[in-house]
Amino acid sequence: MTTLTESKLDPSDAVLDRVVDSGDHWLHPLAVGQHLRIVDLEGNQAVDTFFLDAEDPGDRYSAEVTVRSQGNLYLTTGSVLRSVRGNAMATIVADTCGRHDTVGGACAAESNQVRYAIEKRPMHSCRDSFLLALSRFGGDLSKRDIGANVNFFMNVPVTSEGALTFADGISGSGKYVEIRAERDILVLVSNCPQLNNPCNGWNPTPVRMLVWDPRRTSGARRPPED
Amino acid sequence: MELLYTEELPGGASWSGVLRRGRGLRLVDPSGRANVSATFLRADAPSERYNMPDTLKSQFIARLAAPYVLYSDMGHVLASLVEDSVGWHDAFTGPSDAATVEARFGPGTYQELRNGRHTNAREHLLVELAKYGLSERDLPSVVNVFSRVSVADDGALSWTPQGKAGQFLTLRFEMDVLVALSATPHPLDPSTAWDPAGVRMEFLRLPAPTFEDPSRQCCPYNVRGFTLTERLFL
Repeated sequence: MTTLTESKLDPSDAVLDRVVDSGDHWLHPLAVGQHLRIVDLEGNQAVDTFFLDAEDPGDRYSAEVTVRSQGNLYLTTGSVLRSVRGNAMATIVADTCGRHDTVGGACAAESNQVRYAIEKRPMHSCRDSFLLALSRFGGDLSKRDIGANVNFFMNVPVTSEGALTFADGISGSGKYVEIRAERDILVLVSNCPQLNNPCNGWNPTPVRMLVWDPRRTSGARRPPED
Repeated sequence: MELLYTEELPGGASWSGVLRRGRGLRLVDPSGRANVSATFLRADAPSERYNMPDTLKSQFIARLAAPYVLYSDMGHVLASLVEDSVGWHDAFTGPSDAATVEARFGPGTYQELRNGRHTNAREHLLVELAKYGLSERDLPSVVNVFSRVSVADDGALSWTPQGKAGQFLTLRFEMDVLVALSATPHPLDPSTAWDPAGVRMEFLRLPAPTFEDPSRQCCPYNVRGFTLTERLFL
């Protein structure tokens, strides 16, 4: 049984409020204690999201450690998003959708060739967005720093016989998920441009990002703005 | 198929090496208790490496078994599972680490236990990758060979013992692949006595996959995956 949990935070108190269009990337630091809410504005939009320690890219999100630590494959309120070293990076504190995926990964130009057609390589993909975001951020972050990500609002049911399916989304217009940073992290987002399967309802749409800071001060490192 | 040589991988130990295109590796579990945490990188360009989500979603599977294949993050087939007496190898609960091993088995230092010390898959794989100049940032997801973790309708994970003495899995390498292995207990195995099981590694020379090869033909995705991989060698 899925439990939906709403947040008490008021958007008028947010320190950041911006819309990320489909096909765009967003790389933003979150300081420990800050909240990030991702709002699925029009519904059924997959938001591919990855987490890196803000100072040490060797410590990054691990889907494997996350699911085995909670004993469950799906993410929802209460899920602690853990790193390869077992550290808590963020906790899902509110969720009006109910289930999020973490084994479907990100679409890529190269995997689209395998999954759909060799001619699909030119189509835009999440991995290309991740790579551009990391390149623009500076430092030496690159493809090697990307692991299996979270797909907020995406429904990837697994059967007890070991099959994996991409089901119709269970998200809808205005549904949201909210996380609290448990350490200083970088949040890497691709608002998914996939047009070859129903993960975005065949129509990729914008999402809204809201950040709250309990201290009302950021102090976090800012990435280059678009 | 030609058996080239055999090596033992004792329980609690790790191994790495480059397996060239056309070679095979058969892992044999004499005790029926083994778990082997395994990972795979392209030997000549290791930023290309095993990708768990691409492997699962491209073949619509939540387990690994013959005749499925292991995909890299660049749309290439690193290896095919060509012989498999088991039918289920875990793809998404990751390697054991120092914390999971200490919580289950207690501390087991070298000072106290010498080479019977408690080891874990994550540190094993970090050490093996470091032999090739690779770091924590290069460590991909792992496959837990011989281990079954199934998912209930509500998402609950359950580890199920399935071992039979003599069980085996054979990988055929479709590219030159850096392989790293750790023969250590699965992180969800509930046993609390430190007695890790070893495996036998049989190194093989295998014929190239034909057009009718079961791994190539098991789904249309793999037909394209093999085509894209074979283009590397034209």
